[in-house]
Amino acid sequence: METIKISFINNFRRYGMIIALIGIMLLFQILTSGTLLTPLNITNIIMQNSYIIILAIGMMLIIITGNIDLSVGSVAAFVGAISAIMMISFDLPILLAVFLCLVLGAVIGAWQGFWIAYVNIPSFIVTLAGMLLFRGLTLVVLDGQTISSYPNNFKSISTGFIPDIIPGSPLNVLTMIVGVLFSIFYVGSEWKRRKDQKSFGLDTGVFTIFLTKVMLLTAVILTLTYILASYAGIPYVLITLFVLVVGYTSVMNNTIYGRHIYTVGGNESAARLSGVKTKKMTFGVFVNMGILAAICGLVFSARLNAATPTAGNLFELDAIAAAFIGGASMKGGVGTVMGAVIGALVMGVLNNGMSLMGIGTDWQQAIKGFVLLAAVAFDIVSKNKGS
Amino acid sequence: MQNRMLEMEGITKTFPGVTALENVNIQVQKGAIHALVGENGAGKSTLMKVLSGVHPYGTYSGNVYIHGKLCTFKNINESEKEGIVIIHQELALIPELSVAENIFLGNEQAEKGIINWNKTVTKTIDLLKKVGLDVSPLDIIKNIGVGGQQLVEIAKAISREVQLLILDEPTAALNEEDSENLLKLLFEFKKQGITCILISHKLKEVIKVADYVTVLRDGQTIETLSLQKNEVTENQIIKQMVGRDLKKIFPDRYANIGDKVFEIESWTVYHPQQPTKKVLDDVSLYVRKGEIIGIAGLMGAGRTELAMSVFGKSYGRKISGKIYKNGNEITIKNVNEAIEHGLAYVSENRKEYGLILINSVKHNLTLSNLKKVSKRYRVKDYLEVQAAEHLKKQMNIKTSSVEKKVVHLSGGNQQKVVLGKWLFTEPEVLMLDEPTRGIDVGAKFEIYKIINGLAELGKSIIIISSELPELIGICDRIYSLSNGKITGEVNRDNADQEKLMEYMTEEYGRS
Repeated sequence: METIKISFINNFRRYGMIIALIGIMLLFQILTSGTLLTPLNITNIIMQNSYIIILAIGMMLIIITGNIDLSVGSVAAFVGAISAIMMISFDLPILLAVFLCLVLGAVIGAWQGFWIAYVNIPSFIVTLAGMLLFRGLTLVVLDGQTISSYPNNFKSISTGFIPDIIPGSPLNVLTMIVGVLFSIFYVGSEWKRRKDQKSFGLDTGVFTIFLTKVMLLTAVILTLTYILASYAGIPYVLITLFVLVVGYTSVMNNTIYGRHIYTVGGNESAARLSGVKTKKMTFGVFVNMGILAAICGLVFSARLNAATPTAGNLFELDAIAAAFIGGASMKGGVGTVMGAVIGALVMGVLNNGMSLMGIGTDWQQAIKGFVLLAAVAFDIVSKNKGS
Repeated sequence: MQNRMLEMEGITKTFPGVTALENVNIQVQKGAIHALVGENGAGKSTLMKVLSGVHPYGTYSGNVYIHGKLCTFKNINESEKEGIVIIHQELALIPELSVAENIFLGNEQAEKGIINWNKTVTKTIDLLKKVGLDVSPLDIIKNIGVGGQQLVEIAKAISREVQLLILDEPTAALNEEDSENLLKLLFEFKKQGITCILISHKLKEVIKVADYVTVLRDGQTIETLSLQKNEVTENQIIKQMVGRDLKKIFPDRYANIGDKVFEIESWTVYHPQQPTKKVLDDVSLYVRKGEIIGIAGLMGAGRTELAMSVFGKSYGRKISGKIYKNGNEITIKNVNEAIEHGLAYVSENRKEYGLILINSVKHNLTLSNLKKVSKRYRVKDYLEVQAAEHLKKQMNIKTSSVEKKVVHLSGGNQQKVVLGKWLFTEPEVLMLDEPTRGIDVGAKFEIYKIINGLAELGKSIIIISSELPELIGICDRIYSLSNGKITGEVNRDNADQEKLMEYMTEEYGRS
């Protein structure tokens, strides 16, 4: 019983932000008398926050290396503007345009990464300059105007849903099938992992907790699929997010690159003397952020169906807030991709819930500021107690 | 009884799950130099924290009396008011500020909130004279060297009319000359009636300067010896500290030396900021298979710079010279190439250059050779845990789990983690920079045993150390380095401290 209690406390600390997210959702579910968790609104929350989540993933990596990126909003706007010019003004094929936009993002990231990693200019300065530079360039290329009406196929990356195999049915059957298959896959992989750990004599933790965790997550997956299926199905953008989250989590946890990124933030000198190519890692993390900012720019433009000079305004601050709510540390060296996603969702649900309640953006901003402070304070205080 | 400065009576301090101090009693006479010794984790620092109010009154049981008056310090300011000043091992100076600014930090010579700089500077000159430090009050702290910084800390203490000065490992980072000066200063204070508590691992120093020595072990006072009347030997103290008879400070060594493995020829390195200054000048040395060689040199002689510049050009500019391995010339452009050529470098500053403190023991151990626990760039958790457990056993790292963060380990165990990390890269040549700095006697012996074991496995080992007895105790051959030049080479059999010291100071100060 004692071990279960300790294990529970440890897990509570680890999953504190998830529990907070669930709490916030329940709170707004009550305050909006059930509107928050309707199929339509859940779909909305995913689509509204997708681009911030994409940025938050990259921002988390940046913050783990002990850096910061203030330019992502401007970079997203700039790439969005270029995409509009390519697709709308010059009628380039969608795939080619998307590819060129990603390359552009990578080049911008490399530009900033070069100054930060190889010339040793603090990232705060370089990306502050980038924020001004790319906002300015966005205005230049758009000539201060909004360019609108993307091709339909492009719009669907942000607003489309996977098709149904039985048209006209009340539930999206394909969505349900995907959801069920995925939860089976999830349970299977968790089971296999536990078995692997056991066969190597590693500590596998308390079984009851393991079982509760797996059952809870499976329930969440199935409920979410059901909710999505009863509206329009799985949005394409959710698939993009899913691939990014799973991919980045795996890179950060299981690969040599990921481990090296953590050590750069943990102690750069020690990492360098241990054979970690610290400059290359820092450079790489910024190139990666550039690409993710480009994806964000594309998804956002597709959603607006327009490229505007003010697109992506203050996105950088939302992404940074998400990373810190999700457990990043100013000193670097800690944080998880999943944490960034949770952080972005906490902000997203707050936005959505307050909008549903009819609270104005003025108060929304103020409350979000307070939540950011409270979340990080909670994290730091509970960590100090833990050690 | 009149001259009892400090009495700590029945001090017990517990942290969640650990009893750090248990019924500790200590009495310090006024104007005495009182040494406090014990292995790492024996409770020395905790005791001093109780004394200085870092652990406030009420969080421990027992009583602290100063001049017979009960002390109820709530924080460090209150203890400073009573004239108690601690100088920590990690110096608390602001590197970018001047000597004068640092000395009067928090005690600014101000009138109505405006600082009187003339007064500050004159007072500083006075204080610097007292501690025998020859720098200008306007020099920037980061430019005056560790020895000087230590003296500045002491000057700062005197400026606050200190009555009880507590020095935590004051000579750990100093070379012999600076240590000597510092210890002389303690005698000076004694004459002026200032009481000192000296925490030190260097028992020779303790015997030389202290009037009394109190031994702590596992949070308990073992005994207090008077060094004035009795003839106390190092071994007697060590016996009390470890609770067993430590026959030898250095383990037996069975040298089995083979051919030359690694050789440096005409190695010349320039200072990274001052392009005309040679930090290393035409250095040539070699090490054979299974051999342990030492590099003896004072601080600033270029010892660390030599190791770092060889280890993937991690230090210096315009590096020239040749490196041979097994008779073939090799080039090493970066750390990765150094590791690939079988080199390992254990830094003198393990916290800054050796470990990722916030990471687990496991992650630190495998960091330099993650490929070994990976398949196709994916790190395999089970391989990693197995490797870490193996190293933990081999190095005798005392930790409840390899998942524990390194920051929670003791100094000796942290050093074993660093050694283990480099062992995992399967090196042929290990460069160990001050491998036993700040480690207690018991752990030192273990580190020496590990070093011997590695040499027996046929590894070549280069040890850099400022402790001459250590070098003479474990090395087969010792080079002396002075002002960036090799000034001598002696074999183990005819090595003695005086001779080496002579070589080490040769040419010193000439250029």
